[in-house]
Amino acid sequence: MKISMDIELKDIPGQLVRALQPVSDSGGNIVSVVHQHDKKTPSGRIPVQLVVELDEQRLERLVRALTERGVRVVRTGEERLKESMVVLLIGHIVHSDLRETIDSIDRTGFAEVVALSLSMPSVDEESSASVTISAIGDQELREALHILEGTAKEKGIMVIAPI
Amino acid sequence: MSMRSNMKTVRISIIGFGYVGAGLAEVIRRKRADLVSTYGLDVRIVGIADLNGIFIDEQGLDEAELLKLRTGAKDWERPGGMTTLELIKELDYEVMVETTHTDVTSGQPGLTHITTALESGRHVVTSNKGPLALEYSRLTDLAAAQGCALKYEATVGGAMPLISLIRDNLAGNGVLSIQGILNGTCNYILTRMAEEGLPYEHVLKEAQELGYAEADPSSDVKGLDTAVKLVILANSVFGMNATYRDVEVTGITAITPDALKLADDAGYVIKLIGEVSREGCLKARPRLVPKDDPLNVGGTLNVATIKTDLAGDITVIGKGAGPIEAASAILADIISIYR
Repeated sequence: MKISMDIELKDIPGQLVRALQPVSDSGGNIVSVVHQHDKKTPSGRIPVQLVVELDEQRLERLVRALTERGVRVVRTGEERLKESMVVLLIGHIVHSDLRETIDSIDRTGFAEVVALSLSMPSVDEESSASVTISAIGDQELREALHILEGTAKEKGIMVIAPI
Repeated sequence: MSMRSNMKTVRISIIGFGYVGAGLAEVIRRKRADLVSTYGLDVRIVGIADLNGIFIDEQGLDEAELLKLRTGAKDWERPGGMTTLELIKELDYEVMVETTHTDVTSGQPGLTHITTALESGRHVVTSNKGPLALEYSRLTDLAAAQGCALKYEATVGGAMPLISLIRDNLAGNGVLSIQGILNGTCNYILTRMAEEGLPYEHVLKEAQELGYAEADPSSDVKGLDTAVKLVILANSVFGMNATYRDVEVTGITAITPDALKLADDAGYVIKLIGEVSREGCLKARPRLVPKDDPLNVGGTLNVATIKTDLAGDITVIGKGAGPIEAASAILADIISIYR
């Protein structure tokens, strides 16, 4: 799973590398590092936001390894869904098992369908739906759209995506 | 304004005297004095050809007389049994304006007209999309080999400057992508459906009654017309060698008032958007356009956003169809040959 961590480094050279080493040592994959050197905490430390791909069971060990190296771990948590987009679907949405279409997004782990509104004129007519997809990043959002387009194509549903 | 001393006579032929050809005759009639005083050009129509016949006069035909052909107040002739191809090859003139109808499957008759004119050493200005969408590189190579101009601003976006805007005014910029509404019929239908909550068939009928949609609207509403224009942009701006078969096309016939309402609730409108990018994306399909985006224009308007590496985004909006509007683009092309 993707985990976001807020950590704080001492303001001396070499600290960022010191903090990242345990991530790879614990089998994790660094997704992003936001390092704002000009920003400081009241105690004079430098805040860094990390997003790592890591087996949840290894998180505790990683936090311990960081603390032993003098890195303060302020917060850890599952990465939030930051990017979202609305797409429209037109076709026999209900007949074609809407649940399955939504599941194809939710199954990714990096994106979810967070809102849906359906407009159905009558059972046999084509219906329209607006679907809001959220994902952890822009790239993941585009990947989710790609998956949705693939599923929709198989079912003969038209997808209208934002420009 | 003073008369130029170095006045140049430009003799043109118009092949295809439908509404665009007649629009050009009307524009030349209206602008005669300006063409002389501002550009030093004495533009004369020395020949017109249509399926119905031919008129020629080496001194210049009277435009007002020619326009009577469109109302039926004057009958077509065919002096000496002359054919259109004979006129193109044998008449004394400098610029052939090709305004016959677009056929994207064969490109004819425009393809033969343009090839013949270039082979005979004439400049060509056209509003006909078919030949350019099918054989762009062969025609531009032929024009270059013959030392002739081949201009086609009227094929994309009607009066809206796009091809020459990129070539001339945005020279030096790398173009990343062009995205826009290139078909006024689709824009009219989607705008009305959204405003009135009316079904597609109803609005299509209304558009046909108002002359915004043809009796057979399939080329417009199925996205083919947009695809053909994209191909011309892909080839001329991005140096691709595409044909309309390379474009991924989805039309607007399946769009429902419900879908437009859902889009509206989410802050969007639905538009048929043509998109071509440097990476090779070539798509014409309905997209959600944020209401506050410059691409959200209503009615029959056309619009295009050109993304460039230096100038950023440039958006042009204009009338995509109409005889005088198409003639505006053709006239600008003619003038540009003599600059």
